[in-house]
Amino acid sequence: MPTQALAGGHTAAAHENADVLVSFSHVQKTYDGDTLIVKDLNLDIRRGEFLTLLGPSGSGKTTCLMMLAGFETPTSGEIRLAGQVINKLPPYKRNIGMVFQNYALFPHMTVLENLRFPLAVRKHPAAEIDAKVKRALGMVQLGGFENRYPQQLSGGQQQRIALARALVFDPQLVLMDEPLGALDKQLREHMQLEIKHIHQSLGVTFVFVTHDQGEALTMSDRIAVFNHGVIQQIDTPATLYEHPANAFVANFIGENNALAGHVMATANDISTVSLGDGNVLAARTGDAGGPGSPVIVSIRPERVRLAKPDTPPHSRLAARVIEQIYLGDHIRLRMQVSGCENFTMKTPISKLDRCPNAGETVDIELSPEHLLALAPPPSA
Amino acid sequence: MTAASDTLDPSPARAVPLKRQLRRAERRKNLLFMALILPLAVFVLASFVLPIGSLLQRSIANPEVHDNLPETLELLDDWSGEGLPDEAAFVALARELGAARGTPAIADIAKRLNREQPGLRSLVMRSARALPLAEGTPAQDGLIGIDERWRDPVIWETIKRAGSPTTGFYLLGAIDRTIADGGEIVKLPKEEAIYLDVLVRTFEMSVIVTVACLLLGFPLAYLMATLPVRHANTLMILVLLPFWTSVLVRVAAWIVILQNEGLVNKLLMWLGATDAPIRLLFNRTGVYIAMVHILLPFMVLPLYSVMKGISPVYMRAAVSLGCPPFSSFWKIYFPLTMPGIAAGSLLVFIVCMGFYITPALLGGPGDQMISYFIAFYTNQAVNWGMAAALSAVLLAATLVLYALYTRYLGGNAVNKIR
Repeated sequence: MPTQALAGGHTAAAHENADVLVSFSHVQKTYDGDTLIVKDLNLDIRRGEFLTLLGPSGSGKTTCLMMLAGFETPTSGEIRLAGQVINKLPPYKRNIGMVFQNYALFPHMTVLENLRFPLAVRKHPAAEIDAKVKRALGMVQLGGFENRYPQQLSGGQQQRIALARALVFDPQLVLMDEPLGALDKQLREHMQLEIKHIHQSLGVTFVFVTHDQGEALTMSDRIAVFNHGVIQQIDTPATLYEHPANAFVANFIGENNALAGHVMATANDISTVSLGDGNVLAARTGDAGGPGSPVIVSIRPERVRLAKPDTPPHSRLAARVIEQIYLGDHIRLRMQVSGCENFTMKTPISKLDRCPNAGETVDIELSPEHLLALAPPPSA
Repeated sequence: MTAASDTLDPSPARAVPLKRQLRRAERRKNLLFMALILPLAVFVLASFVLPIGSLLQRSIANPEVHDNLPETLELLDDWSGEGLPDEAAFVALARELGAARGTPAIADIAKRLNREQPGLRSLVMRSARALPLAEGTPAQDGLIGIDERWRDPVIWETIKRAGSPTTGFYLLGAIDRTIADGGEIVKLPKEEAIYLDVLVRTFEMSVIVTVACLLLGFPLAYLMATLPVRHANTLMILVLLPFWTSVLVRVAAWIVILQNEGLVNKLLMWLGATDAPIRLLFNRTGVYIAMVHILLPFMVLPLYSVMKGISPVYMRAAVSLGCPPFSSFWKIYFPLTMPGIAAGSLLVFIVCMGFYITPALLGGPGDQMISYFIAFYTNQAVNWGMAAALSAVLLAATLVLYALYTRYLGGNAVNKIR
């Protein structure tokens, strides 16, 4: 349940209060007075962490970022920055660095002028400005580009200058609004690591918004998964992936196989689930309800294995192979399992003695520690 | 792999035809494009380039004496300038003047020579009336018999000078200069020198109208660029509305509104702002009001289109970097609107420079711009040389302005922002 996840995150952070840089409490936001874009947001951002707000478009993650930056005001609730309520503080007094989606480098200014801008506004002495600009350019490895105009730079270079500009005035917090969206895949992956390394070397708090789960997993210390204006789960990447709190998180992050059924019994954190076709499986209890309630058992494709002779019956299912997809380092098998046509198994080629062909029927093993019984999403 | 190397095969046997094919394909495309713009090119040539060319040519043309006294001038070419020309020149002049008698040509000659030296009109007319000379009379004696002044070598010098096929007289006149008897360029006496003043006045009024349009148009364009599209469209219609009525109608409306018993004065008196009506018509104020009104759309439209292209994220970025909103506007937004300001100002200024009907109807004698004098010389004085020269000065001023614009605000500045 979302509330569970929220309460957990909130109280856990509450007693290490000195570490909390930003805290949202009961923040709501509506633009039209009818629908809440952000519903009761409670979130603590720890000092020095790299937090990613992840979610589909319209989930409220960008609104959340804009409220933190000061471009939107919360309809109700409180946002605190280093203990101070900042609801009414105008954005230019917040001292928060921001990297925008399309970089927003000032086109009529050179790289140097762009970087000097935040320092000149703060009336730093000239010598200090020069030193800081030089350091920031060195940090993004673009020394020597001072006199170029933004449109004379490649997308990746503009991205770095935007980052340098957001960091040059030593803000305590840096916000990034899908900054890598305009770059091609290779460059994006390179920049992900670069931003992560800059974060590690500076120790500044980063809040990063993206809808790309791979990006979030690569870069973040913690990820807050948003859907319908509510944080579904906030955890480390590994925990999110291995122990998703609900069906939405399980589906949104990584690939997932879902089989529908009913709970038969629950004991010791293990649910016994009867699938639609009468097969019975044992699974860890996620947020599934008690006996009789509908449930989805979910398993990652790479956790599916071909059954061995000693596989117990409640972890064994018959599967008919529909398609074999060869991907070089691994093989994917699309199979029909218990009425589900899109069940996928993913396995490294070295782990396979013999690859089943399309049309063959094999037994697969779904071990209980990798199966998770989750409540079906409300719309399903 | 094989397919790719097939098409890019560099073997000489295929390379040449491929290049030729490419050229042929491009030539066909170019011909098509040329054919498409041909009607426009012909139209521009016939209605714009040729008339302007002939107008400019008229500003230095000097046909009156040159065309009507060709033989005389040819003989005067050999004359040293000392003493009187020989008998042949007298014969030729007597014959050519006689031929021109009773035609408009004689008036042209007389007028042209009189401009060089006052009094020559009567000499020419009187001589022409007495021509032809009686049979057997030597031409020199005959002409001197008609008028003693033919004995004066200066008269002949004047004819020779006025006979040159081109003259700088009109162009110099348009900038208040003239050629003195000695041939050097001198300033016209104060009472005759008016065109430099008119030119300065034209510039001054254009600058004031441009600045007024910019001050009024900038906030309007900014409002339109920031409003939601639906409201912006409504405003846009209001901006364009003046375009749909003729300039004359609008000027007439301003006369009604601005006159002493008009709407504005009645309102001011009712509000107690003034006791007696303020004179708003037939002075500079009225001209400025109407010109700004007419030219405002020319400023708003380029500004709007540039502002529409400026992403609001730049302002947000500036604010997030610690710059207060008003200061962000000046440091970031305003410089980004420069191409629009430059284009709008240039457009308004250039249109202003050629304004005629508005100052003519709403202004006093001291508010007329250079176009008024061009119209005066074309329609009333029928002095095509002077009209053409003033036009040439106006054209030159406009071109200089445009050159300055492209040098300092055009190409580079716009490229920088795009």
